[in-house]
Amino acid sequence: MIRSLARLMPVLATTAVFLAGFLVCSLVYPNFASMRVVMNLMTDNAFLGIVAVGMTFVIISGGIDLSVGSVIGFTTVFLALAIERWGVPPLLAFVLILVICAGFGACMGAVIQYFELPAFIVTLAGMFLARGVSFLLSTESIPINAELYAHLSDHAIRFGSGARLTVPAIIMLAVVIGGMVLLHLTRFGANVYALGGSRAATALMGINVPRTTVLIYTLSSVLAGLSGIVFSLYTSSGYSLSAVGVELDAIAAVVIGGTLLSGGYGFVFGSFVGVLIQGLIQTYISFDGSLSSWWAKIATGLLLFAFIAFQQITLHLARRPARRSGRPSPPPPAAIAQGVVRP
Amino acid sequence: MPLTDDAPLLSLAGFSKSFAGFVALDRVDFTLRAGEIHALLGENGAGKSTLIKTMTGVVTRDAGTMRLQGAEIAPRSAEEAVKAGIATVYQEVNLAPNLSVAQNLFLGRQPTWFGLVREREMRRRAAALLTEFGLAIDVGAPLESYSVAIQHIVAIARAVDQSARVLILDEPTASLDAHEVEVLFAVLRQLKARGIGIVFVTHFLDQVYAVCDRITVLRNGRLAGTAPIADLPRLDLVRLMLGRELSEATAKRPPHVEGAARAAVATFAAFGKEGQVAPFDLTLRAGHVVGLAGLLGSGRTETVRLVFGAEKADCGTAEVDGRRVAIGSPREAMRLRFGYCPEERKTEGIVADLTVRENIVLALQAQRGALAPLPRREQDEIAARFIRLLDIRPPDPERPIGLLSGGNQQKALLARWLATSPRLLILDEPTRGIDVGAHAEIIALIRSLCAEGMALLVVSSELEEIVTYADEVIVLRDRAHVARLTGNAVDVPAILAAIADAPAAPAAAHA
Repeated sequence: MIRSLARLMPVLATTAVFLAGFLVCSLVYPNFASMRVVMNLMTDNAFLGIVAVGMTFVIISGGIDLSVGSVIGFTTVFLALAIERWGVPPLLAFVLILVICAGFGACMGAVIQYFELPAFIVTLAGMFLARGVSFLLSTESIPINAELYAHLSDHAIRFGSGARLTVPAIIMLAVVIGGMVLLHLTRFGANVYALGGSRAATALMGINVPRTTVLIYTLSSVLAGLSGIVFSLYTSSGYSLSAVGVELDAIAAVVIGGTLLSGGYGFVFGSFVGVLIQGLIQTYISFDGSLSSWWAKIATGLLLFAFIAFQQITLHLARRPARRSGRPSPPPPAAIAQGVVRP
Repeated sequence: MPLTDDAPLLSLAGFSKSFAGFVALDRVDFTLRAGEIHALLGENGAGKSTLIKTMTGVVTRDAGTMRLQGAEIAPRSAEEAVKAGIATVYQEVNLAPNLSVAQNLFLGRQPTWFGLVREREMRRRAAALLTEFGLAIDVGAPLESYSVAIQHIVAIARAVDQSARVLILDEPTASLDAHEVEVLFAVLRQLKARGIGIVFVTHFLDQVYAVCDRITVLRNGRLAGTAPIADLPRLDLVRLMLGRELSEATAKRPPHVEGAARAAVATFAAFGKEGQVAPFDLTLRAGHVVGLAGLLGSGRTETVRLVFGAEKADCGTAEVDGRRVAIGSPREAMRLRFGYCPEERKTEGIVADLTVRENIVLALQAQRGALAPLPRREQDEIAARFIRLLDIRPPDPERPIGLLSGGNQQKALLARWLATSPRLLILDEPTRGIDVGAHAEIIALIRSLCAEGMALLVVSSELEEIVTYADEVIVLRDRAHVARLTGNAVDVPAILAAIADAPAAPAAAHA
């Protein structure tokens, strides 16, 4: 029991920080504690929440994906061009871009696996590649005027007093829940953890490591594509410079959410709260009105540092104290008797 | 012993494997019966791990056939071997430490319901499985929260549960304490009762006699013998492992000259480290060779690593020239003018991509410090001198050392330390993996170094060799110094008797 709690500690701490932060904001700004602020927090950070889920899988498996920001940028440009210039129906364009992203992620995963290259370098190359291609497609911001876009940004579940659960927020929540199910409740999820625990042992246990690796990066890129779709819905445009540095925000959210950067430990829910914390800081700054938005970066940096230090300490405490005292006892004679195949 | 029948469960015939010209396995036959625990023994380089790797398909064999219950099988990977019914548990627990015990037991084959893992069902099955192995633990807790012994049992349970009929245990007890070993043995006996064939690789002879039914010994890649445990007493077993039967008589020893008057270079008293080697006394004298003999894992290398400061002793004292010193690191040992040629030439000794000259001057340069680089001319002189002196071939100082033969690499390593003109030189298996001609040269070198007044501490498995040059032999067993033979008491039978701890040879323990 104590061990399981120790494992949950980082996530609990993140959640506590978020709740405490929200409380402070509410005390400073009486209007803060409202459904509307919460809903806006989700809408404004929906794209980040979606990539953070993919990033959680990648980091737990012991990897990293630096390409997601560029993939988002590429997606918005591709969608704008496809819908506005090439006349592709928006829904078909969505399907197309997700397939392209899947292929891109699968390629990166395959390169990492078969060429035994560090994920850092491979996805860094992917980052430059995707960003470069989006510049190649267009260097200017292209507005998207498709009917579906207008319709989707209107569509929302309303709660009264101006609170709206928008389509981007709904998609993000669905991705978070889907990610939790996939990571915590399926064989694939267990394999992701196993890879982060010990890659060599996972292979020796007969798990198909190449397939799992390729799937992990495919998932991350597909979610980055989905995030790009949400981003284009949110901004109703496509721009090759959009979402620069989002990969780092996503990594920060994952780490603040309690996932160990070296792999093996973490929760999707933690990353979700990590995203909300970053959003909360930004919302506070916009409520204040006089603070520079760069304070958001500074606060995120400090938090990140605090959480990494905190993780090291809890890990240290969790690993140090005596290994489970429960010493094994010799098997009972009954068990031996049961096990006898032939007398 | 419920042997299911006389036909073997697993039989290997004519297994051979060479690596780049080096014969690691030479036509080895091996049979395993159902319901037996079969010890696979041999010294370093005897071919145990190669045999296991070729059995499980991790390494492809050059020749040989393998039959499991009469049907020929040829697994090409560990996965295929597991599917065929041969599972291996290594010294290192190959499980995911961060996953729960239950996930580790069922990873890749968890019970599912529409793609979702049935956690409760999996835990129930895991608990039931471990109960058979005498473990009642929380299967939901991460594996790493348990001791290595429990992790081993979990690994065995996983292997056996995947329909293993043959279980290979590669030194599973190396990191276990006595109680944990007992628990593991209880599990092994139970598996044996179920009719599973177990191959048990270890270098603890006590454990072999405690749990095994038959023994197969490999030596230099060949089958040295197979016998039921009752037919192979300890002394014979040690002889079989070290290959002494015929050559014992031929090992000649030059007449011994008592040299007690020679000055002590270094004296160690009650020196030791918990978990490495029990406290020992050791005196090293100028012009005196002390040999360390014992089986693999008996604590020989641990002893010399302590002396050289590669491991820090946690008890006892060291004196050099009558002064108390603390040897906390190899640097400090080098400052005292100690030199150390390690056993693992490839990984700890040579820098394969550097030239012979660069390898030779390495230790001398390290001793002088990076701020005082040796002039190139001096380097050339040193390299040329030692290449001539030790007859390193080819005599080209600019050749990358990785391209030289093992014997010449060893000579270059010796040269590296000789260049620092040490007072004490430690040689760990100086003749390992080099051809017979080079053996003689290395031994001649050891003798001449000794004659020049250097103190030598030599670890060797080659007993005939050790008796030809050692003035004193210390025998180790189970990480403790158990016997000290000096002067004319140094001979092969006495060493063998001390290693095997055979009470029949009272002449052995002669201090």
